[in-house]
Amino acid sequence: MGHKIYIQDVTLRDGMHAIRHQYGQDKIKEIAIALDKAGVDAIEISHGDGLAGGSFNYGFGKHTDWEWLTGISEVLNHARLTTLILPGIATIDDLKKARDLGVASVRIATHCTEADISPQHIAAAKDLGMDVGGFLMMAHMNEPGALAQQAKIMEDAGADCIYVTDSAGALLMDGVVDRIKAFRDVLNDHTEIGIHCHHNLSLGVANTIVAYQHGANRLDASLAGMGAGAGNCPLEVLVAVLNKMEVANNSDVFQLMDIADDIIRPLQTRPVRVDRETLSLGYAGVYSSFLLHSERAAKKYGLDTRTILNELGKRKMVGGQEDMIVDVALDLLKQQSS
Amino acid sequence: MQKVNVAIIGSGNIGTDLMIKILRLSESLAMSVLVGIDPDSDGLARAKRMGVATCHTGIDGLIQMPEWSSIKIIFDATSAKAHLYNWDKVKAFPDKKMIDLTPAAVGPYLVPPVNFKDNLDVSNVNMVTCGGQATIPMVAAVNRVAKVHYGEIVASIASKSAGPGTRANIDEFTETTAEAIEKVGGADRGKAIIVLNPAEPPLVMRDTVFTLSEQADREEIRKSIHTMVEEVQKYVPGYQLHQEVQFDDIPASEPVFIEGLGLRHGLKTTILLKVVGAGHYLPEYAGNLDIMTSAARATAERIVTGMTT
Repeated sequence: MGHKIYIQDVTLRDGMHAIRHQYGQDKIKEIAIALDKAGVDAIEISHGDGLAGGSFNYGFGKHTDWEWLTGISEVLNHARLTTLILPGIATIDDLKKARDLGVASVRIATHCTEADISPQHIAAAKDLGMDVGGFLMMAHMNEPGALAQQAKIMEDAGADCIYVTDSAGALLMDGVVDRIKAFRDVLNDHTEIGIHCHHNLSLGVANTIVAYQHGANRLDASLAGMGAGAGNCPLEVLVAVLNKMEVANNSDVFQLMDIADDIIRPLQTRPVRVDRETLSLGYAGVYSSFLLHSERAAKKYGLDTRTILNELGKRKMVGGQEDMIVDVALDLLKQQSS
Repeated sequence: MQKVNVAIIGSGNIGTDLMIKILRLSESLAMSVLVGIDPDSDGLARAKRMGVATCHTGIDGLIQMPEWSSIKIIFDATSAKAHLYNWDKVKAFPDKKMIDLTPAAVGPYLVPPVNFKDNLDVSNVNMVTCGGQATIPMVAAVNRVAKVHYGEIVASIASKSAGPGTRANIDEFTETTAEAIEKVGGADRGKAIIVLNPAEPPLVMRDTVFTLSEQADREEIRKSIHTMVEEVQKYVPGYQLHQEVQFDDIPASEPVFIEGLGLRHGLKTTILLKVVGAGHYLPEYAGNLDIMTSAARATAERIVTGMTT
């Protein structure tokens, strides 16, 4: 396999979605320090939709990204401080600001067919001396061979690692394996492969493990699964499974269990779990971050959340099109009254 | 009426669509020369078939052509970098005006129904971006009733309608649009987001505008928006409100935290637009192409009206 296991925690980025981007600065620091002590390799911090995601469309954060990131790199002894950007939302200027705050690694995220909007940002991040991941979101919407060609575009631009990003938590285990294998076939040996899962079909851990078994070494996870939809691959569970598989990793499972239950779960205003709404995300293949926005629209317009999610799936909406949730709700109302 | 001769530099999607619009629709513009840099481009081939003179050696070639002396307006549909070169050549000719469809923004931003009159004497105007042309009239429509603190726009376009230039320079879209939301739309702070959607069949361009303004009579805002939509429809027939305007209170007890502005409350207005293209060069889904070229054409025609009266 060659590359070492590298666990990246996304509690403080993807986890933002679960609490409408409302972490306080002190909470961010407390959790980052605890994760660092527990031995995770990388900690990602930003608005849930990446740097500069704060907006009406995605939700305004309690703080700016810069406030969240300030003073974090200084308190980490072992873990690398990382962030994420979506070209089309954040710019290279935002990336520079993050680098100046001590961010050493960044993931450049695009929809799984649109990698060619990322080379400018990948090249800029490399010029800034950062480690760079290419993050191909909604990976279930592109076939393995075509997805691997998108990965190649990001590799050619300079990315060190390319991710299969199952934003909708819609991939089954075979679907993950086929995509990882396709990546391994076309990418250079020195390029790492990553996996980012959502737990909407309860496959977060299983999908992460099969990805590892077929060549992925950068594994995303979050404490208690704290993330969009039914959450991400739960970090403490992943480490427990890796330990039982006797796969060497740097994390302490008992410390992670404690942080998950003592610090993270009490923060969840809406439980992060598989229920009818979050299962519907995975079942319909819908971007997990649409969850809370759709629940809010359902309440405002007197509709069922699942009906909205199914319609979003039917219309093939991609990550970032949160504005279309209210549009769909209004269209559904028109249909009801006609 | 005597038509005014125009040239277009750039034979890609935008330049070619603009040429077709001028040939088919314009009563005051005469399509003189389409300028490219690739003799084999589809745009130049199309121009020849339509009887338009062509040149494949850029602005330098155009200046050598016999048509040059009679050309009064030059559209630039190349790239920001190429525009700087082109403008440097054109500005030596004071009888000519340039309409810049690149993100170079050498001249002031121009959105026809909002600030055409402010830029009558300018020899180089910039057309912002497709998303800017679709949304800034709406920000201005709210702002003329209630002071807009913050204007945010989301443009969703079909992947097939985003050319290589747009893809390679996506920051130029977000930065230019955000700045024009402030300078032309009147918001204290602007933000722009662009999303590419690869669905098949391709989805028609959608634009959503969110504003946070001071409280005002909602019916007045709604009316102002409808009036502005009609203004835009005069030159972009496929421009439409897809839903009735939505309002939400952001109470002082639950303010939102906006970067650069701090905690704010007021009235949130949501405007959900759809832009159906005229189907001239690219199919109807490419409303983004249509609104840009239509705005440029409308600007040129208004300039011509000014020349002759």
